[in-house]
Amino acid sequence: MQHLWLIPLFPFLGFLINGLFGRKWPNSLVGAVAVGSVVASFAWVVKVLLGVGELEHAYVERYFTWIQSGGVNIGVDLAVDRLTAVMLLVVTGIGSLIHIYATGYMSHEGGFYRFFSYLNLFMFFMLTLVLGANYLLLFVGWEGVGLCSYLLIGFYTLKKSAGDAAKKAFIVNRIGDFGFSLAMFLIMVNFGSLDFGTVMAKVAPLPVEQTMGILTIIALLLFVGATGKSAQVPLYVWLPDAMEGPTPVSALIHAATMVTAGVYMTARSATIFTHAPMAMEVVAVVGVITAVMAATIGMTQFDLKKVFAYSTVSQLGYMFIACGVGAFSAGIYHVVTHAFFKALLFLGAGSVIHALEGEQDMRHMGGLRKKIPITFAVLCCAWVAIAGIPGTSGYFSKDAILLAAHHHHPWMYWVGVITAGMTAFYVSRSMFMTFWGEYRGHHHPHESPAIMWVPLAILAALSLAGGKLFDVPHYLEPLFPMAHEEHDMTLVAIASSAGFIGIGLAYFMYVLSPGIPKSIAATLGPIYKLVYNKYFVDEVYDATVVSPMVAGSRSVLWRVVDAGVIDGIVNGTGTVARGIGSVLRTLQSGQIRSYAAWVTAGSVIVLVALSFLAGGAQ
Amino acid sequence: MTLLNLVLFLPLIGFLVVLLLPKNNPGLIKMVTLIAAIGIFVLSLGLTQPVFNPEVAGSAGKGVWFITDVPWIQSPEIRYHVGLDGLSVWLVLLSTLLTPISVLISWNYISNRQKEFYAFLLLLEFGLIGVFVALDLFLFYVFWEVCLVPMYFLIGVWGHERRIYAAVKFFLYTMAGSVLMLAAIIYLYNKGGTFDYVNLLDMMQRGRLTLSPTEQNWLFLAFFLAFAIKVPLFPLHTWLPDAHVEAPTAGSVMLAAVMLKMGTYGIVRFCLPMFPQAARENAWWIVILAIIGIIYGALVALVQPNMKKLVAYSSVSHLGFVILGIFSFNQPGLDGAVYQMLNHGISTGALFMLVGYLYERTHTLEIKDYGGVSTVAPWLATTFLITTLASIGLPTLNNFIGEFLVLQGSAYVNIWWTVFAATGVILSAGYMLWMYQRTFMGETNAHLHGHMHDMNGREAVAFLPLLVLMVWMGTYTQTFLPTITAANTRILEQSKSGVEFRVNAQQGGIPAAAKEMGNAR
Repeated sequence: MQHLWLIPLFPFLGFLINGLFGRKWPNSLVGAVAVGSVVASFAWVVKVLLGVGELEHAYVERYFTWIQSGGVNIGVDLAVDRLTAVMLLVVTGIGSLIHIYATGYMSHEGGFYRFFSYLNLFMFFMLTLVLGANYLLLFVGWEGVGLCSYLLIGFYTLKKSAGDAAKKAFIVNRIGDFGFSLAMFLIMVNFGSLDFGTVMAKVAPLPVEQTMGILTIIALLLFVGATGKSAQVPLYVWLPDAMEGPTPVSALIHAATMVTAGVYMTARSATIFTHAPMAMEVVAVVGVITAVMAATIGMTQFDLKKVFAYSTVSQLGYMFIACGVGAFSAGIYHVVTHAFFKALLFLGAGSVIHALEGEQDMRHMGGLRKKIPITFAVLCCAWVAIAGIPGTSGYFSKDAILLAAHHHHPWMYWVGVITAGMTAFYVSRSMFMTFWGEYRGHHHPHESPAIMWVPLAILAALSLAGGKLFDVPHYLEPLFPMAHEEHDMTLVAIASSAGFIGIGLAYFMYVLSPGIPKSIAATLGPIYKLVYNKYFVDEVYDATVVSPMVAGSRSVLWRVVDAGVIDGIVNGTGTVARGIGSVLRTLQSGQIRSYAAWVTAGSVIVLVALSFLAGGAQ
Repeated sequence: MTLLNLVLFLPLIGFLVVLLLPKNNPGLIKMVTLIAAIGIFVLSLGLTQPVFNPEVAGSAGKGVWFITDVPWIQSPEIRYHVGLDGLSVWLVLLSTLLTPISVLISWNYISNRQKEFYAFLLLLEFGLIGVFVALDLFLFYVFWEVCLVPMYFLIGVWGHERRIYAAVKFFLYTMAGSVLMLAAIIYLYNKGGTFDYVNLLDMMQRGRLTLSPTEQNWLFLAFFLAFAIKVPLFPLHTWLPDAHVEAPTAGSVMLAAVMLKMGTYGIVRFCLPMFPQAARENAWWIVILAIIGIIYGALVALVQPNMKKLVAYSSVSHLGFVILGIFSFNQPGLDGAVYQMLNHGISTGALFMLVGYLYERTHTLEIKDYGGVSTVAPWLATTFLITTLASIGLPTLNNFIGEFLVLQGSAYVNIWWTVFAATGVILSAGYMLWMYQRTFMGETNAHLHGHMHDMNGREAVAFLPLLVLMVWMGTYTQTFLPTITAANTRILEQSKSGVEFRVNAQQGGIPAAAKEMGNAR
């Protein structure tokens, strides 16, 4: 027994302790409990991974029956295989760093204990998600992280926009979960189990579906779930709004861990997906569309966090391209490296925002290079990594994806390369706008304390060296055999040069001749407006789905069907009722004896009448 | 004197005792009622003994425990026949648990005619327990009507402005249904010569009492209509929002948590085993109505400006799941339906309770009068959020288990049922979270200052058992589910006798679903 259950238990205890008692405690104690519980969890993960050996097969621990009814039998079982091992290390490792950072970042905020109890609860559910040995337990974590996301986006309860964003995130995710749950029901109906091992063993010998079959339907429904949680087209709309939450939340939940759950789930279901090539094609195409679309929006935004949010959506698109073309291990590789550099980007952005006392608009930044040098230095590491500069972590994972895409469909490779250029461009743009030029704001920037920049420094090191250090695809080979890739150096070179071009273009536009962006925006006019306004997707959803539904429910269903038709009929009969009502009203004399008498008398009358009726009938 | 008889009659004795107390001493009245209600609850815990000790259960045989079967009235022969099985035991416990809770939450809320109020609560408890344990059709009918009376007065005397309209509507709706049920019961008596449910069922299964398909159909419809009104099944639901809005908090809690279950319980207990063929033949339109109810209830809940109405419409939606599960005719569906009855009792009961707490502070139920409550009353906000999450089916809380099993059960029969029903799960998040946001988040509404204080000890104590159950029933179902499964297996067995699985053939679900049907049952 490795006692896997202890891994999620530590953060759960942290949640309970801080949630119940934290309100009266000093911040330092709350922070110690929160950080301690996550670090303990990380330590236990390491201990477990050292204890279970090579993990050629999944290591499963079964605890107790959760639901048992007819053919439905679901256990509370946790399992570790190599995929889970990678996720566990990322979640608890990055989680620990972000918890430490947050104790500094949140130190001046109200509701410190509330923040950390939610964050610990998130860790509990996220760890349940990756440890669960069946779909339903995965779903528990899946919904649970959604709940914590809801709570943390809405953390600043006084702001209406925060409440709106939180609710939107939850409901949009519910739409995705609708697909996920239908997939589960179909898996149960067709394979009689939700256990990963059992299901995959039953799917593996089936023939690959060339047309629309049950596996294709299941795979597509699972992917609907993934588009919700991992913010893919068409359900990505909640993620940019989710930036209403405190920045450590954006880093941990909305960049490094939770939003990659969809990729994890897809990789976990790889056997199903590989039997459904049509579904795979859909995954890849949706990934491409999302990557491009979000990158274009990212190039036009001025809110520092929004830029990174769209960047996350775009990078998640990359991961789904990987899954769609069958390179699951490349997708997970990118999950890992993206966790390093995107967490760093967000935490660095948080450090900038912290320094400027809450300012997020890049138009009010500039020239911060010398004022907050440490933040600048670490952000540079993330910058080169996401731009895919050779040697950095992003370079390795992005190349793995692009090469696999080329092997599948060359056009996907080229679109991916262009997106890589755009990625380098918008990140460079935000770097130049923030750190170069003259300071355009009116605050007094100050460097963040060590408790914040030490975690940043660790993440910076990982962003630079993490790709080379952790050869994820190789480690995952027993699960996802690597395709015999022709490691075409030309393709790699083209992809890398796209990154350089993006950086160069941004340098030209935002440092050398800063007037250009405005004139480009003016020239493009309507197109720029379309992109700047995020293609008006929110507005379209609102006009076509939300408003008609609310208006229709109110004016048709409630006022006409319920109050008009049904109650109209009832009240028609009710003319009689009113007569009876007036009689009954006189019975309410307030005399309890009379009530009691009526109760008794009523029963007796019914009884007598019945005996008479029944007797007579015989 | 079995324990069951004790638990059944103590509320009646309590009712009489409270009536004899002096009316000018409300403290004494409340204390006596509370002690009685808690005492009854503690005793009723003993009823679970057979659940956890199979040896005790074995002695009674056939999975029915604490049987008492004695003649009550000679002619026509009406028997006092009561017993408990895995289906009714939890519903009895739900009734005995919610009665003391209702007493606690009415402590300061009810200020006039307290004696009558608390007496009626105990009478209601008597009726409810009776409904769930009666095994004689006439006895069942008597208890059914006994429930109606106290609830009528709870709404009509202690309700809000339109209480008379709501009470009469409630009364007439229910009466309309129960008259038909009474006719059906008498018809069965004429046919079979007994009101005894166990005897009737036995005769039907041995072929000594045969009903022609037409007879079965009409009898089924008569019973079903009475139960469907009580559930309430769309479109028979319009009494519910009115009754809930006008009822005092305790009335709403008892109504939502327990009384609605009389309908679903009746369907499972009587309609399925006695008229199996009719039940299956009518299943298709019942399921359609259930699914319409799920979606319709949720959509109408979305736009309600009044909290109690919102929760009432959400009940229409939730109870649709129960009906869907029942008429899936398989183990997961039926188990989920019964589990969902209990879940709904707990989480919707809790919701009405918390809405009542808010009302006691501000005397308004309009959502727009609230806002930012979480800042001034954090514990109230936290408990409300947990209950909201339970209600929208968050895994690890109770409703998720029921919804999952119901949807899984319906997926075995026809995946399209599941597809449509599952949209209710999306919508539930919409209306509940929207209400939560408008009530608890944002800036604190100016006129709440001074009125809004956090939960006090009494309110917390009343809420705590429900909170514990939400978590318990969501995480460790093994306490409850095996008993329910065992009882449902028998009911499915009884409701199978000689009928093909027509529903599946008609609806033509995906072939694989049909193939797995065998395993499912």
